[in-house]
Amino acid sequence: MGKFDNHGLKAISPLGGHEPRVDAFTGLLIREVTDRALASLAARQGQEEAVNSAAAAYLGGALPGPAGWTETGAFATWWMGPDLWMVSAPHDSHELLAGELKQAVGEAGSVVEQTDGWCRFDMEGARCSDVLERLCNADVRGGKAGSAVRTSMEHLGVFLLCHAPGQQYSIIGPRSSAGSLHHALMAAAKSVI
Amino acid sequence: MTDAILNAGTVAFQADGSTGARKGVQVNRLDGGLIKGSKALTFTFDGKRYKGFEGDTLASALLANGVRLMGRSFKYHRPRGVLTSGSEEPNALVELRSGGRQEPNTRATTAELYDGLEANSQNRWPSLKHDFMAVNDRFSNFLTAGFYYKTFMWPAAFWEKIYEPIIRKAAGLGSISFEDDPDAYDKGFLHCDLLVIGSGPSGLMAALTAGRAGAQVIIADEDFLLGGRLNAETFGINDLTGSAWVEQVQAELAALPNVRVMPRTSIIGAFDHGIYGAVERVADHVLAPEAGKPRQILWRIYSKRALLAAGATERPIAFENNDRPGVMLAGAVRAYANRWAVTPDQSVAVFTNNDDGHRTAADLIAKGVKVTAVIDTRPDAPKVDGAELFAGAQVIDTQGRLGLETVRLRLANGATRDVPCGALAVSGGWNPNVHLTCHQRGRPAWREDIAAFVPAGTLPQNMSVAGAANGDFSTAAALRAGAEGAVAALSDLGIDAKAADLPAAEDAPVNVTPFWYVKEGKGRAWLDQQNDVTVKDVKLAHQENFRSVEHLKRYTTLGMATDQGKTSNMGGLAIMAELAGKQIPEVGTTMFRPPYTPVSFGVMAGRSVGEEFRPTRKTPSHKWAEEQGAEFVEVGQWLRAQWFPKAGETHWRQSVDREVLQTRNSVGICDVTTLGKIDVQGKDAAAFLNKMYANAFAKLPVGKVRYGLMLREDGIAYDDGTAARFAEDHFVVTTTTANAVLVYRNMEFARQCLFPDMDVQLISTTEAWAQFAVAGPNARKLLQKVVDPEFDISNEGFPFMACGEITVAGGCRARLFRISFSGELAYEIAVPTRYGDALLRKLMEAGEEFGAVPYGTEALGVMRIEKGHAAGNELNGTTSALNLGMGRMVSKKKDCIGNTLSEREGMNREDALKLVGFKPVNAADPVPAGSHLMNADGEVSAATDQGYITSAAYSPVLGCAIGIGFLKRGDARLGEVIRAVNPLEGKEVQVEVVSAHFVDPEGERLRG
Repeated sequence: MGKFDNHGLKAISPLGGHEPRVDAFTGLLIREVTDRALASLAARQGQEEAVNSAAAAYLGGALPGPAGWTETGAFATWWMGPDLWMVSAPHDSHELLAGELKQAVGEAGSVVEQTDGWCRFDMEGARCSDVLERLCNADVRGGKAGSAVRTSMEHLGVFLLCHAPGQQYSIIGPRSSAGSLHHALMAAAKSVI
Repeated sequence: MTDAILNAGTVAFQADGSTGARKGVQVNRLDGGLIKGSKALTFTFDGKRYKGFEGDTLASALLANGVRLMGRSFKYHRPRGVLTSGSEEPNALVELRSGGRQEPNTRATTAELYDGLEANSQNRWPSLKHDFMAVNDRFSNFLTAGFYYKTFMWPAAFWEKIYEPIIRKAAGLGSISFEDDPDAYDKGFLHCDLLVIGSGPSGLMAALTAGRAGAQVIIADEDFLLGGRLNAETFGINDLTGSAWVEQVQAELAALPNVRVMPRTSIIGAFDHGIYGAVERVADHVLAPEAGKPRQILWRIYSKRALLAAGATERPIAFENNDRPGVMLAGAVRAYANRWAVTPDQSVAVFTNNDDGHRTAADLIAKGVKVTAVIDTRPDAPKVDGAELFAGAQVIDTQGRLGLETVRLRLANGATRDVPCGALAVSGGWNPNVHLTCHQRGRPAWREDIAAFVPAGTLPQNMSVAGAANGDFSTAAALRAGAEGAVAALSDLGIDAKAADLPAAEDAPVNVTPFWYVKEGKGRAWLDQQNDVTVKDVKLAHQENFRSVEHLKRYTTLGMATDQGKTSNMGGLAIMAELAGKQIPEVGTTMFRPPYTPVSFGVMAGRSVGEEFRPTRKTPSHKWAEEQGAEFVEVGQWLRAQWFPKAGETHWRQSVDREVLQTRNSVGICDVTTLGKIDVQGKDAAAFLNKMYANAFAKLPVGKVRYGLMLREDGIAYDDGTAARFAEDHFVVTTTTANAVLVYRNMEFARQCLFPDMDVQLISTTEAWAQFAVAGPNARKLLQKVVDPEFDISNEGFPFMACGEITVAGGCRARLFRISFSGELAYEIAVPTRYGDALLRKLMEAGEEFGAVPYGTEALGVMRIEKGHAAGNELNGTTSALNLGMGRMVSKKKDCIGNTLSEREGMNREDALKLVGFKPVNAADPVPAGSHLMNADGEVSAATDQGYITSAAYSPVLGCAIGIGFLKRGDARLGEVIRAVNPLEGKEVQVEVVSAHFVDPEGERLRG
C-alpha cells in the first residue's frame, strides 16, 4: 500500500480483491495491475510547446506522438488524443501524481487524476498475439514495442500498449467494467490455449 | 496398411482400398481417392446407420452407401438428391445434429463426416420416401410463380395472420429445436498484406509467390482440403498428381511463418477498404467442440491487397424432370469419383455441351464405372472411348420414382432413345465465381468465348482476380495468373516478389457451345431446384412483365435462399434474354451481396450471449451490496442496488418504505458513483459552461456548486446536474447516469467544433471517484465522524451548495459536495474508487448509532418524487425548461445551446404544460404513472387531454400514492380535482393538483 494509504481505508482492486488477480495459462499470464497511478495531461490552447517542454523536464523524456507510448524512469506516458496524454507512475511513490504533474506544467496544462478511472491487465507470454487477435482489431502481429493503440475489447474502449511484440502488452480499460473485460480476456485465453 | 473392421466385423479390407473390398461395405465406393481408408466412421441419416471414411462429406458418404434421395423440394416436395459437390449445393439440405446443436438447412456437400454425425432430412412428413406434402406437386399448375400474391389477396387482413403463417408452415425448410446453442463462437481480427481467397492452382501459386517474398499472407479456403479442383481431377502437375503437388506446396507454406493457411474458412463478404468477413468452421467436423473452444470464428480480415481465386461453378442444362435424384453436375460426379472414390451409381450417362463433360466420362470409365451414354448437344462432339456417343442429341425427359432410372434422348436424326442410368452427369459450361467482386456494386462483363460472365467494372478496393474466377479455366493459365497476380499486388505495396516457377500442367482450351435448356417437352424443366423455379416460371414472369432481372428474381424467387442461385441464375438470365430478344449481357445479372454462403446466427452473435450479452459496470459498493443481499437493477450498463431487503421483509415496498423513512428521519447512504462526472478545465472553462448550461455559471464562486439545466439545440431540456467550481479554471460537472456519455459527447463536440477558440479541456472522471450520498437530519453528525477534524463541515463552515477538497479517515483525499436530491440535509462524498468499498463500510459503521441505512434506487426515486425533482421520466425529450417550471433559469443575459430555439412560439404557449404534483382524492387510490389527465367532467379524448403523469410512487411520508407530471397551465390549477385516466384499461382515478414539492416545500431541511 502507498505512503498515503496509511489511513483507515483499505483499497480494493478493480476486480474487487485485496490482492491483484493473476491467471496463468500455458504460454500466457494475465495479471491485474493495481500499482500504477495515472494522471491525464492536456495542453492548454497555445501552450503545446510549453507543456511539452515542462512535461519532458518532469518526466525525463519527450511526450510520445500519436499511437505511441514511452517509458522514462518511473514514468510511462501514452498518447490519448491531440495534445492529450496519460502519465503513469508507481502508486506507492506517486499516489499524488496529478498534483505533482500539475505543479510541473503549471498554467500550460490541465491535469486530472485518472488513477481509479481505469483497470489494467498485463498480458505476457508467447500466446499473446493468438489471444489478442480474438479480442481486438489492433494489428497485434504488426505492432512494435512502444505502440499504444486505442481499440475496443468486449465492446469497451481500451488502450493496448505493446511492451515487447508478441510477448508483453498492457490493456487499460474502464474500471467499472473490469469484471467484463477480465471475463473476455479469460474467455479468449481459454478459447485459444 | 492397417486393416479396419467394418459392419460388425464381417468385412475386412485394405486401408488404401486397393483390393476393391470397399465395395463390399459401401455399394458405390470406388478405389483410390483422397479419403483416409484407415478409419471407418459411423453416422446416421434419418435414424439409419451408415459407414463412411475420414475425408468424406455427408454427401459423398451417402452416395457411397447408395443413398441418392437426400431431401424434398421447398414448394412441391419433389424428391431431390445431391446436385453438386460444393457450397453451391441447392438440394441436399439436411438438419445436422440434435437438441441445442441442431442446425437446419446445412448442405450435405459441405458437412464434413465425423464419427457419430447425426443428420436428418427435412421438409417432409412423415418420411423422406413417403412425404404427404408431395400432394403439392399434383397441383403444380396452380402453384406457379406469383401464386401466393394472386391467390391470397382477399381479405387483405387475412394475409398476415392467416395466409402467411399457413404458407410458411407448409413451405419452410429445416426446423430449429428452440433450445439454447450450448457452443461458443468467437470473433477475431486478422491483418495481412495479401489475402488469397481460394486455394486452387491460382490461389496456391499466389500464396507461394507472396509467401516466399516475405509478405504477410493469408490463404483461405472453404474446403477442408486445399487444392480446389486439383483434388477432383486426374491430370497432374509436373510429374505429380494434382493432390500430391498441393501437399508439397502446403508443406512449404506451413513452414513460412509469414503465411497463415486457413482451411474450412469461407470468405463471406468484401467490405470497405479491403476488409473481408470470414467464417472459420473450427469444430463443425467433430462431435462437439472442446470445452471453452469455439465451434466457429467470425474473422474480420484487414487486407492491403486481396486476390480472388475462388474458381468457377458448373452450370446445369434444364430439361424436363431434370431434378430426379441422380441427375448431377458432371464436374461433381467427377469430383466424387476422383476425390471421394464414390460413384452415384454403377451406370452413369453424361449430358454436355462442352469438352469438360467428356472428362467425366473418361474418369468414370477409368474407374470401372459403366458409362451408358455420352450425349453431347454439339453435332461435332469429340470422340469418346469406352462409351456410346450421341452427338447433336439432347435429353428430353427422365424416369424413376425416387431416383433416376432412365433418360430419354432426342437423337440428332429425330429419333428417341431410352438409356438406362442411375445417374446423369450434366455440364452446361462453367461460371467464374464473380460474387465477391460484386459486393461493392461491381458489375461483371460477358465473355463470349467462354459464354460466361467474368469480373469487371469497379471491384472492391485493392482486389484483383486470378484463375477460373477470372475466366482462365486451364490449370496452366490458373497457375500463371496466380503467380502473376501476387507479384502485381505486392509490387503495389513496394514488396519485390518473384513469380514462383510455373510447373507443367494441362492447358486445354475451352470448347463450349452455349446451350441453356431443352425446348422440347411440356413438363417442368427445373432451373432453381432450391426454390422450385422452372423454365415455365421464367416465361410466366416475362409474360407478366417482370422482365428486369431483379424483378424476375423477386417474382419467381429464382436465385434466393441458401445457395443464392449459384447453379441457377445463369439459366434464368439466358432464358429471359431469349424471350426478350436480347443478348445475355444486355439482361445483366442480379446484384450479389454478402454473405457468399450461409452464416450461422451463432457466429454473428459471437460471445455476446446470455449474461455476457454486453459488458456490465459495477459500482464501488457492489461487493458490499452483494453481501447485504441487495436486489440489483440494470441502469444502462450499470448494476445498481435497487433496495436492500432486511430479514422479515417480504415485499419490496417494505424495504423501500423503510429506507425512505429512515433516511428522512435519521440518515441514509446511497452509491451515486454512476452519475457522470466530467472534469472541465481551462481559462475559458466558465465561459464554456455558460454555453453548455441554460443558466449562468460564470459568476459561480470557487467552492460552490450550482444546479444546471442543459438544452438541446432545439430548446428541449435534455439533462440536468450540477457543476462544482474547484478553481477559477476548474469545474467538475455531474450528469445523470443515463446521459453521462451523451453529455460528454455533446460537450466534446461543442469544444472541438462550435467553440474551437475557447481554451477548454475535458475528460471523464466518472469511474475515478466513488461517490456516496449521505442524506438525512443526521448526515452531518455521521460525516463529522469520518471527515478529518481539520475540515469544518458545520452549516456555517460548509453551507448548502458548498464543495471542497478534504481528507477522510485519517488522510484519504476526498471531495465533499453539499447537494441534495432527497431534499434532506445531504452531502455527496467522493474518494478514489479503490477506497469506495472501505469508505462505505466505515460510514455504515460510524452510522450505527444513528441507525444509518443504505438506500437503493427505488428509495432514491421515491424521495425525489416526494421532492418534485425531475428525472428521466420528466426529461423525456419533449419537455422544455418552461414545462419543468424552470423557465426563468434560461438566462437571457447570455447565449447558450438551445437558447434561441427555446423562444419558439409553440414552446411558450399560454396553456403550456407545467410540472405539478398529484394526490389521489381517495387516499387509498393509486396514482398510475402514464395516465393521461382529463378535466373533472367532460369527454375523455385526445382532444380534451390536459397532460399526463410521468412519475408516481407510494410516499411513506404522506401515507398515500403521489405523482408528478405535466398539466396544461398546471401551476395555476393547484387545488383543482381532475381525472387521471387509462382508457386502454378502462381505469380512472380522481386526483387533486398540488405542488410537486410534497416534502419540505420551503427547502428548510436541506439548508439546515
